[in-house]
Amino acid sequence: MIQTTSLRFTYQNSKNHVFCFPDIDLPPNEDLLILGPSGVGKTTLLHLLAGLLPPNEGDVFIANTYLNKLTRKQLDNFRGQNIGLIFQRAYFIRSLSLLENLTLRERLSKKKSDRYRREELIMQLGLSDFQNKRVYQLSEGQQQRLSIALGVIHRPKVILADEPTSNLDDTNCEKVIFLLKKEAQICKSNLVIITHDQRVKAHFDNHLIL
Amino acid sequence: MLYLAYKNLISKPLNTVLSVLLLLLSISLATFVLQIRNQLSQHLEKNIKPFDMVIGAKGSPLQLVLSSVLHIDNPTGNILLEEALKIGRNPMVKDMIPVSYGDNYKGIRILGTPHEYLTKYQASLQEGRLYEKPFEVVIGSGVAKKDNLQIGDTFVSSHGLAENGLETHDEKPFVVTGILKPTGTVIDQLIITNLESIWEVHKHEDEHGQYEGKHYREHEVENKDGHPRGHEEKHHKEHEEEHAVEHYEEDHGEHEERHHKEHEEEREITSLLVKFRNPLGALQLSRFINENTTMQAAIPKFEIERLMGFLGIGFRAIHGIAITILLVAGLSIFINLIKTVRERKQELALLRTYGANTFQLIKLVFLEALFLSLLGSVLGWFLGRISIWLFSVFTENMYGHSLVFSFPTNKELLIVALVILTTLPAVILASLSLFKLNVSKTISDA
Repeated sequence: MIQTTSLRFTYQNSKNHVFCFPDIDLPPNEDLLILGPSGVGKTTLLHLLAGLLPPNEGDVFIANTYLNKLTRKQLDNFRGQNIGLIFQRAYFIRSLSLLENLTLRERLSKKKSDRYRREELIMQLGLSDFQNKRVYQLSEGQQQRLSIALGVIHRPKVILADEPTSNLDDTNCEKVIFLLKKEAQICKSNLVIITHDQRVKAHFDNHLIL
Repeated sequence: MLYLAYKNLISKPLNTVLSVLLLLLSISLATFVLQIRNQLSQHLEKNIKPFDMVIGAKGSPLQLVLSSVLHIDNPTGNILLEEALKIGRNPMVKDMIPVSYGDNYKGIRILGTPHEYLTKYQASLQEGRLYEKPFEVVIGSGVAKKDNLQIGDTFVSSHGLAENGLETHDEKPFVVTGILKPTGTVIDQLIITNLESIWEVHKHEDEHGQYEGKHYREHEVENKDGHPRGHEEKHHKEHEEEHAVEHYEEDHGEHEERHHKEHEEEREITSLLVKFRNPLGALQLSRFINENTTMQAAIPKFEIERLMGFLGIGFRAIHGIAITILLVAGLSIFINLIKTVRERKQELALLRTYGANTFQLIKLVFLEALFLSLLGSVLGWFLGRISIWLFSVFTENMYGHSLVFSFPTNKELLIVALVILTTLPAVILASLSLFKLNVSKTISDA
């Protein structure tokens, strides 16, 4: 469940520009595609939803939790347990292997370690042969798949994906969308994707245009 | 977290190795110097303990102590036995032991002294028996090991205290009658015989007068015939055990009397080692000796303190260097931490999106720093000990004194604790930026 009301945000170094966001009311298990050209504040909205940025005005409810009220530490904790972030460019802990990255993500969510889940996920994403490789040894497609795995391994209530397909070719793009949808279904979570990628549009019914 | 810290470190081996290396160097240097200093002063203390005062020829008092007590320098000269003994009659004197040398075997000093000298250092026999007659010797454990001498072996001495003396007294071989147990003192590196051996060797050399030469040849013939050395020698022995020194003054058999007395007056020793009933006696008597006689008195304790004072400057210099390197190492770790935090800003921000809070990130940085400083300290300590060991091998060859391996001392633990403690403020300083880490911005500024 995602609910926002009259969200406003201003970056400190650009006082005159205020981002005003339309209200979102997304019931459980539903997906949302946020579309719009660069610079309208898509990523900002996503970070507001993830509790990475505090809104100047307005409220954010995620999974029945009022984010505005949480302290910094509580926010970190909440994010670890309930939110899965997938970035446009894949970020990893470079010194760890693929499997170690996944384990680390799982542990930081403070959820029970689930070996079966890890193995299944790795298999589904076709990364079984690479699980002990260093992350920077993987190809771009593999890295993107790994970042999806990192976003969903802990069965978050909300999956937030920021331009997950923009660097991918058509085949990989299809794959990624399919995987995201499937995982959102399995985890019974809301999937929010922001993109300006037209290829994604057709796959989702729920659109929000900024 | 611990695993991640470890992984982060080994993924950047160059940085890690540099920091650890610097730390390692400084700590090994510091512990090395500390150890050398401790062991040196312990060693010196142990060796000078039996004696409160040394009486010898005029010259440098330090030299006198070094030569007569520690057996590492050349003697200042000789003194007359008779004159030294007069001093010894002072009631404040508890024991006195004359020592004399002038010869060596392969660079090992041959020391002439009564048995009491051995008792003073609590030396006991490993095998064989103590020397009884002239030219019988007991050898220190170190000598036995180094030159592989065994009981019954004979050797000839060469003149002087330095090795490779061209002049050897090949007429008079010494015989090993006993080997001493290791004592950890100077005794281990000495060949010890009685005073008469030294006198006889040197008489032989000094005296070209026919009368004296003849006398000694007679003696030799007697020995070769298998006869005991005659009643003069026996007489000597009996007395030696009871009154170590007095017997030198006693009259001997008729035949030898005049001759012996003549020698008595000329007999020289290198120095007289004195133990007082009350250490204060040393102060009083040494002033008297230095002012009223041709001899000098030196107090080993003072001289060694003086020596350590000189060396202290060197030790302090090395300590200074160690501390400087330590500071550089600390700085290097600090810079490394700051670099780590900056370079890995994105990874740290990523951890925040994974649900890690700021304190967990600081913990991670701290663990990395702790790991570095622990590794550096422990390896540094080991390197310090290895250097001590190598140095020990060297000193054993050069001076015959080996150093002991010991477990970390309190001072060393303190150094390590300090190093680890200093990482704490470094971590805090380096982590300051983590409190202000803007996860959103860091993540989107790819």
